[in-house]
Amino acid sequence: MAVENEDVILKAENISMVFPGTKALDQVDYQVYRGAVNVIIGENGAGKSTLMKIISGVQQPSEGQLYLKGEAINITSPRFAAQCGIGMVHQELNLSENLTVAENIFLGREKQTGLAPIDNQSQNQITKEAMARLKQDIDPTELVANLKVGQKQLVEIAKSLVGNVDILILDEPTSALSKKEVKILFDVINDLTEQGVSIVYISHRLEELMEIGQYITILRDGKFQSEALVEDIDVAWIVREMLGSEPVTNFLKPDRSFGDVVLQAKGITQINEAEVKVVDDVSFSLRAGEVVGIYGLMGAGRTELFECLLGKATYTGEFSLSDNIISGKTSTPERIKMGIGMVPEDRKKTGIFPISSVSNNLTMSSLWKRLKGFVIAESEEKESVAQAINELSIKVSSPQVEIQALSGGNQQKVVIGRSLLTGPKVLLLDEPTRGIDVGAKGDVFEMMVKLSEQGIGILFSTSDLKEIMAVSDRILVMSNGKMTADVLRSEADESSLVFASAQGF
Amino acid sequence: MMNMNNKKVSYNANNIGLILLKLRTFIALFIILGFFSFTVDGFLAPTSVIIMIKHISINAFLALGITFVIITAGIDLSIGATLGFCGMVAGYLISKGLVIAPLGIAIFPSVWVVVPVVIIIGGLIGALNGLIITRYNVAPFICTLGTMYIIRGAAMLLSGGETFPALQGNPELGNTGFDIIGAGHFLGLPIAIWLMFIMAGIIAYIAKKLPFGRHVYAIGDNEKAAELSGIKVNNVKVWVYTIAGLCAGVAGLVVTSQLVASHPATGTAFEMNAIAAVVLGGTSLAGGRGTISGTLIGAFVIGILADGLVMMGVSEFWQMVIKGLVIIVAVIIDQMQNKLQYKAAISSQKLAS
Repeated sequence: MAVENEDVILKAENISMVFPGTKALDQVDYQVYRGAVNVIIGENGAGKSTLMKIISGVQQPSEGQLYLKGEAINITSPRFAAQCGIGMVHQELNLSENLTVAENIFLGREKQTGLAPIDNQSQNQITKEAMARLKQDIDPTELVANLKVGQKQLVEIAKSLVGNVDILILDEPTSALSKKEVKILFDVINDLTEQGVSIVYISHRLEELMEIGQYITILRDGKFQSEALVEDIDVAWIVREMLGSEPVTNFLKPDRSFGDVVLQAKGITQINEAEVKVVDDVSFSLRAGEVVGIYGLMGAGRTELFECLLGKATYTGEFSLSDNIISGKTSTPERIKMGIGMVPEDRKKTGIFPISSVSNNLTMSSLWKRLKGFVIAESEEKESVAQAINELSIKVSSPQVEIQALSGGNQQKVVIGRSLLTGPKVLLLDEPTRGIDVGAKGDVFEMMVKLSEQGIGILFSTSDLKEIMAVSDRILVMSNGKMTADVLRSEADESSLVFASAQGF
Repeated sequence: MMNMNNKKVSYNANNIGLILLKLRTFIALFIILGFFSFTVDGFLAPTSVIIMIKHISINAFLALGITFVIITAGIDLSIGATLGFCGMVAGYLISKGLVIAPLGIAIFPSVWVVVPVVIIIGGLIGALNGLIITRYNVAPFICTLGTMYIIRGAAMLLSGGETFPALQGNPELGNTGFDIIGAGHFLGLPIAIWLMFIMAGIIAYIAKKLPFGRHVYAIGDNEKAAELSGIKVNNVKVWVYTIAGLCAGVAGLVVTSQLVASHPATGTAFEMNAIAAVVLGGTSLAGGRGTISGTLIGAFVIGILADGLVMMGVSEFWQMVIKGLVIIVAVIIDQMQNKLQYKAAISSQKLAS
């Protein structure tokens, strides 16, 4: 499905990006059409963000050439990109809450010379004009802290507009927005394209792409996959192009058998500080020896659900573990003792103890199991550490090595090992493959399957379609805090999962 | 082949450097001892050594107590004030007794009551610090800065700023014997020195052998991961500050008993010396790293440096400058050690895989 159109504002030819150990982009050709919404899509790790970082000057490509309005150009820094009229709005908001709207917009490029004071008047005037362009009635002197999330997103866009932007890159701009705010954003995008601005739009929400996009580019495994006019295609086509036609690896043997229900959730609801239901009436069950995957996009409520399970958040509803009801007040240590093991999402922030030894990292959760009176039984501890290192095939020269010296995959194995040493009935893994390389991913999946064969119920979450299809006996889909699907792996197909992941709105 | 050899050699050199760095406080201790034994006559004579260790013990009590606090990435500025307050409480109980105004009588508790009561008061002050820090999410620095002033003020209020003198007690009231803690000997060594080693032993045992010790290190290393691993972070923190308070209470008793008098300003700025000893001993203010033996050696280095410079006749002003320099150099070396340690771990990891 080739696209015939000469009006290309930015063209990337043969772009490659090599990081130590991986090739994030492999000879990608990409073009941005003038005055249109150019959608770019791909699985996690397909190379979207790397490509955008190259276009916006954050990184320089190892190979390849960019052409802006037909002329070869080297974009060496974000500042230079802004001079060329390329602006990027990142997924995470980069605003200083303690400053006003105008101050944020002019941060780092204040209208000021020498020792003269900042020219607030003209800053506010320009901000006002930008806001008018976005059809927003936001006072330039308002503190950003007082704005709603959607308005903050628009302030980010205004930041780019002030610099006279030709190409505006929006990286998942709707992931934190309500439906109404998304509508406003789409109106703004339409106005901007009418004013001649070219938009590059990254999102995982396929139905959104169908609504706003005009051109679509699909990347897969760091390579250019295809390009099409949105009006020519449908969601099923996108999923096919994104995932490829080759069958996904299946880590599960056929004819797996499961035991009794070990974990049951009934009507779990968690309301956050902003009074939004981040987990909305979720019910499910998990049987012994079963691997259940929760699929959902960022912000779908998967991490929050795990927090409820571990007793880290206040919630309504009820969990039961092998028929023992866990009350909402049961503390995390008690839940761990009851048999819930947790491998958290962000390994660096909440998983490892970086400067502690591998041995201490492994046993930290299960010291209560190895006490002689009040004292840690050292020989027993050494034994179980050695056993864990062996069973999980953790590559480490000595258990006394600081864990931060290990590779990501090995660190993850240690964190999994920590949970296993508590003797869990249920193991929760939140995005267990985040930030580890492909080989280690396979290891982690095999480990999950092996553990399930030992009778542990495994509940894991991911935003990667391939992963969810690779190791789940059953698939749950979450969207906007709600559970929107509960299907057997054998009856699931990718497009229906994608649809379910957008149903909660 | 050549290549492999090179690798091995540099790895070994790294290793030796690392061992030297790890033992640096120990090495510093020997250098200082050697220097002063050359420059000061009779520096290593048993009597002067014992006097020095007695001085060191006061700082060591505080430093040992605060080591756990610092390993959890916290700080306690109130221990000097707690020391002073505990001394004042001991002085009050011995010289004035518990006055029960309505009955017009005063009860004079025996030393066997005074000592535990004072230590428990120290512990309660520490627990209060811990509760404020965990319950109301106050930064440890600010919280203990506040309690430092409160406790110091309370110590002044106990006597109106006066000294409680002559705490030998009164045989008629049955409260004698308080001075033994400071002046008494056991097997030829002052009791204070015994107390210091016993306390170091207990705290090192907690650090190494009990789950509590592991939890302390884990919290300093990564508090969020500690929570998710099922560690009762707030409980552990309250206990950590309680231990700091208990140790300050012991220090208060020893100081007061040595002077046989209690003055409300005693212990002012002692917390700074304690923190310096802990840091010299290789404990990281960022948390997660540190040893009890290191703290003990750190206290020795600071104490011997102070006393040695006095004996050499160096002016007080230069003493301050030198102490400050030693602390800063120690921390710079600590940073170097961390980097080298990380490198060594990485290279040994490479050999493994």
